[in-house]
Amino acid sequence: MSRPGLGGSAVSVLELRGVSKTYGQEPAAVRALAGVDLSVRGGEMVAVMGPSGSGKSTLLTIAGSLEDPTSGEVLVCGMALAGMPRGRRARLRRRVIGYVFQDFNLLPGLTAAENAALPLELDGVAVPKARAAALAALAALGVAGRAGWFPDQLSGGERQRVAIARAVVGERRLLLADEPSGALDSVNAGEVMRLLHEACQRGVAAVVVTHDAQLAAWADRIVLLRDGRMTGHTTRPPGPESLLIPRETR
Amino acid sequence: MGPLSPALNLVANHFYAEYYARHDAEHGVAVSVPHVLLALLSEGPKYGLQLREEFEAGTGEVWPLNVGQVYKTLGRLERDGLAESDGTGQDGREKTGQKRFRITPRGAEALAAWLRTPPDLTSPPRDELVMKVLVAARVPGTDAHEVIQAHRVYLLELMQQWTRLKEGEARDDLSLALVVDAEIFRLDAVIRWLDAAEVRLARAAAAPPQPASAPAPVPAPQLRRLGARR
Repeated sequence: MSRPGLGGSAVSVLELRGVSKTYGQEPAAVRALAGVDLSVRGGEMVAVMGPSGSGKSTLLTIAGSLEDPTSGEVLVCGMALAGMPRGRRARLRRRVIGYVFQDFNLLPGLTAAENAALPLELDGVAVPKARAAALAALAALGVAGRAGWFPDQLSGGERQRVAIARAVVGERRLLLADEPSGALDSVNAGEVMRLLHEACQRGVAAVVVTHDAQLAAWADRIVLLRDGRMTGHTTRPPGPESLLIPRETR
Repeated sequence: MGPLSPALNLVANHFYAEYYARHDAEHGVAVSVPHVLLALLSEGPKYGLQLREEFEAGTGEVWPLNVGQVYKTLGRLERDGLAESDGTGQDGREKTGQKRFRITPRGAEALAAWLRTPPDLTSPPRDELVMKVLVAARVPGTDAHEVIQAHRVYLLELMQQWTRLKEGEARDDLSLALVVDAEIFRLDAVIRWLDAAEVRLARAAAAPPQPASAPAPVPAPQLRRLGARR
């Protein structure tokens, strides 16, 4: 597979077109998603909010090609996932998509640097090159000093930083995060969102699923799901300066 | 959406008839300008214009204050013996702009007492959004969920703006960071209330309570006692 270009943000990194997902058979079928359209450009962070059972996590697993939609199309970096051979799809997952989970999912027997380098090594990248990329990712997330530490020696906030480093290591274009702040306190949870947002500013596209409005507010766009349907979204609001006292009124 | 359930009617009638007048009297001013001015004067004597600038800087430049308001408040503080001034013009007549104000011992006591007195949160404020959702639930042909969604999107956009501020200017400005956090938590609470309201309305629509099983109205004095214990 040719490596997808890392060019501008004109092309959507992720595009869902009329995606529906139904589990089970009628009459007991459960419709998790119904005709969802979503387009996320490089550099953009989209938060998906909705009550339990609204289809948030299903949307994420379909976007990450871990599950197929019942109908509709999924394109990652302009490539349709439907009909893509299994091997090619697995490579796309390894090279282009990074995942951040609620409970970090770091391997306990590996150091922070080894955890962060793992996706590259699995993809056949030579160990020294993978390690260098992992150290760069750890440095970008402010945990370079923890490279040789094991997960159980790290605080919750540090573990999630390592998990984000693992998700963005190399040249990943799409970051998928499911409740990435986990059980962190509000200050550390905000910090995780700030780091994800910074990753986006470096060109990555991100979809973050959360039920927490404070965390969703870090996103450039918030999409609301209910009963598997998109029921609304925010538009890019005016800049924060509008909240401050206008100088001319003083 | 049909008419309000008896429980919602109860809430609407009690909260919005009983507390309107009280709220206006007790919660009319969101920020206590006199006490913030006393706090600034507790650092040392200051002029009126200087106080206005420091007030705005100290509240993260989010709460505007005009000069007239500053001098009017300083006049009251002086009248009540909480502050004093040393400024008189060359002709012996007082010129407000040239006055330097300082806090008195009584003013310092009043400031200390104010800092430790919890604001009165016992009675529900008159909240326009709560009123709109209550009204939406009883206007025939109105989809209360659609109304809630419109408010939710607006509030989320506001939260995005405050979060941008947190990410930018507030990173190096403690006063602003505290104000921004307060706003974000307040908006978050309103969004959570909208979520809860949506669930309640859906449940009420699915299984409207029978009149016979409706709870007896809670007398207003009991509500007030419950509030006073908080």
